[in-house]
Amino acid sequence: MLQVKNLHVSVEGVEILKGINLEVKPGEIHAIMGPNGSGKSTLSKVIAGHPSYEVTSGEVTFDVNFEQKNLLDMEADERAKEGVFLAFQYPINIPGITNYDFLKTSFNSVCEYQGAPKLEDEEFKKLLNEKVKLVEMDPRFLTRPVNEGFSGGEKKRNEILQMAVLNPRLALLDETDSGLDIDALKIVSSGINKLHTKNNSVIMVTHYQRLLDYVVPDFVHVLSDGKIVKSGGKELALQLEKEGYDWVTT
Amino acid sequence: MNDTPIVDKEYKYGFTTDIAMEQLAKGLNEDVIRKISSIKDEPDWMLQSRLRSFKIWQKMTEPKWAKVNYEPVDYQDISYYSAPKSYVGMDKKGDKPKSLDDLDPELVKTFERLGISLNEQKRISGVAVDMVFDSVSVGTTNKEILDKYGVIFCSISDAIKKYPELVKKYYGSVVPATDNFFAALNGAVFTDGSFCYIPKGVTCPIDLSTYFRINAEETGQFERTLLVADEGSYVNYLEGCTAPMRDENQLHAAVVELIALKDAEIKYSTVQNWYAGDKDGKGGIYNFVTKRGKCVGQNSKISWTQVESGSAITWKYPSVILQGDNSQGAFYSVALTHDYMQADTGTKMIHVGKNTKSTIISKGISADKSSNVYRGQVKIMPSAEGARNYSQCDSMLVGDQSNAGTVPYIEVKNKTAILEHEASTSRLSEDQLFYLQSRGLSMEESISMLVNGFCKEVFKQLPLEFSVEAVKLIEMKLENSVG
Repeated sequence: MLQVKNLHVSVEGVEILKGINLEVKPGEIHAIMGPNGSGKSTLSKVIAGHPSYEVTSGEVTFDVNFEQKNLLDMEADERAKEGVFLAFQYPINIPGITNYDFLKTSFNSVCEYQGAPKLEDEEFKKLLNEKVKLVEMDPRFLTRPVNEGFSGGEKKRNEILQMAVLNPRLALLDETDSGLDIDALKIVSSGINKLHTKNNSVIMVTHYQRLLDYVVPDFVHVLSDGKIVKSGGKELALQLEKEGYDWVTT
Repeated sequence: MNDTPIVDKEYKYGFTTDIAMEQLAKGLNEDVIRKISSIKDEPDWMLQSRLRSFKIWQKMTEPKWAKVNYEPVDYQDISYYSAPKSYVGMDKKGDKPKSLDDLDPELVKTFERLGISLNEQKRISGVAVDMVFDSVSVGTTNKEILDKYGVIFCSISDAIKKYPELVKKYYGSVVPATDNFFAALNGAVFTDGSFCYIPKGVTCPIDLSTYFRINAEETGQFERTLLVADEGSYVNYLEGCTAPMRDENQLHAAVVELIALKDAEIKYSTVQNWYAGDKDGKGGIYNFVTKRGKCVGQNSKISWTQVESGSAITWKYPSVILQGDNSQGAFYSVALTHDYMQADTGTKMIHVGKNTKSTIISKGISADKSSNVYRGQVKIMPSAEGARNYSQCDSMLVGDQSNAGTVPYIEVKNKTAILEHEASTSRLSEDQLFYLQSRGLSMEESISMLVNGFCKEVFKQLPLEFSVEAVKLIEMKLENSVG
């Protein structure tokens, strides 16, 4: 599904990722943990194609229908159309555009790229209704401008709604658990679990163990100073929770 | 982030028309004014009005309060009259081109390139267009249907001769020559423009439109538009403007007066796309325009909608005097500046009558090194019992070198008035674009969505085709500035 090889990334001349290697197979859930400033969010943004980051060396390839594609050659929107999805740590407001219009435009541009038929309002509403139930969202959110006046938790839930609508091959969840109370965390986690199949993959970037209680990872990687310093199974997260990051970074 | 622009921000209206012109020598004095008046075969009262305006202008100085910087204009270095020869020839015989079929093919081609196909216009009955080329109106389409309803729509030059009573009654009644420097100049040297009268109780069956085109070098365009909506009438009026790309700055100093009598409604929309100068700020139009409407009668309504996307300098404050009780005024504006453009634009709402209402929605987008200021005044006179105003001024910055400002003046002399003012400044950021792109929208679609969302309340005031054009225009101009 995804292969990251010896990835080096800089922002304004400062190297943030210093040789990342990561392989994610279909159906796998990976968790990336690490202290503040270790490069976790950078990694997810670079995979999704944020233009502010400069890849100085390394490769990121993505398998789509048995064909290997070089993600680094693509604009962010092409990556999205190929099935890469980034749930933002800080979702952005889009004044004047309703959530509904946004979701429909987004859904249809992905459909068009993948050669699937675009949906008209009637069919799209049906699809959307199901997805709204999945994240237990109040349908009134659909007629409000994207993320405007949403609480932190509502914004995060809205990200998962977008993920549900776009049905990505690879979902990158950047600190999706931050700012969620325990009820919202349960709803969001159950949404992620329902969307996860053996054909798609999830990379969760998180500080804390608590999300991993609900969405159980196959692999846990610890990032420190731009490098993966330790990888293991889900028990690694528990050990980190107990002993702190110093245990792996020093 | 993006080195190659997706769409070249080329000004596609920058061509010139090669056509024989009659042009007055540069300079401004009484003789020039007399000459203009005589070419136009005007009655003496009009000439006297021009000369009065000229005397007033001579005593005035150029306003300096706007936040715009430019080299002083040399008013003696401009030609004040320029017209296609073929047109002039016919006019001298006292015989303007009778039908659009008589127009010089070069002019027909020009307007076709501007997207106004005369042949098309003959078939499409949805809109009547008056075409102003440099100093003269070259033709008006769809006269027949307007005649049927008694709607008068012609060049102001024709109106002065054919409908002197109407013109005398309303000309200068909203914007007198004493109003400001540019209005006085316009009163002295205006060469053409549109005149429109909607009779009592008539809903104008089609939209009326004027297209202004500056073509000649070293000329200014000084047009005058007068629009009168008699009791209970309704009209939707559209205005578009373009000019060739030239290294010299050119002056456009227009005056537009709107009069709405009892129960009448005027909707006036502009898409202004004058040449804005090149990437280094060289050339472009100085757009110094006075536009004002007067809600004379009870329950009358005037709304201005403008999309200002061109001109090197914009100095423009479409205003409404709310004189009749229960009258309503509105101003909806999108002003986009890029490169070195400077815009100082806004409105004035003067509440005189009881229970008068005004709405101001202003959206400024500034990119590159441009400057974009909203300047607006809301004035509640002592007589304006129960007046209400709602103002919303939003600015969007693109990049980190542009600037935006909001300068509201509020003057309230009646305690029963209710005013609301909201303002915001935001930045069209790489993060916003990345967010939309990461949902599968291309760069173009993303810009379009952000701009559309930001300007939504204004665009929805425009007639549909105009609104589609406006969106495209703004997107095209922004694409180079973002990224």
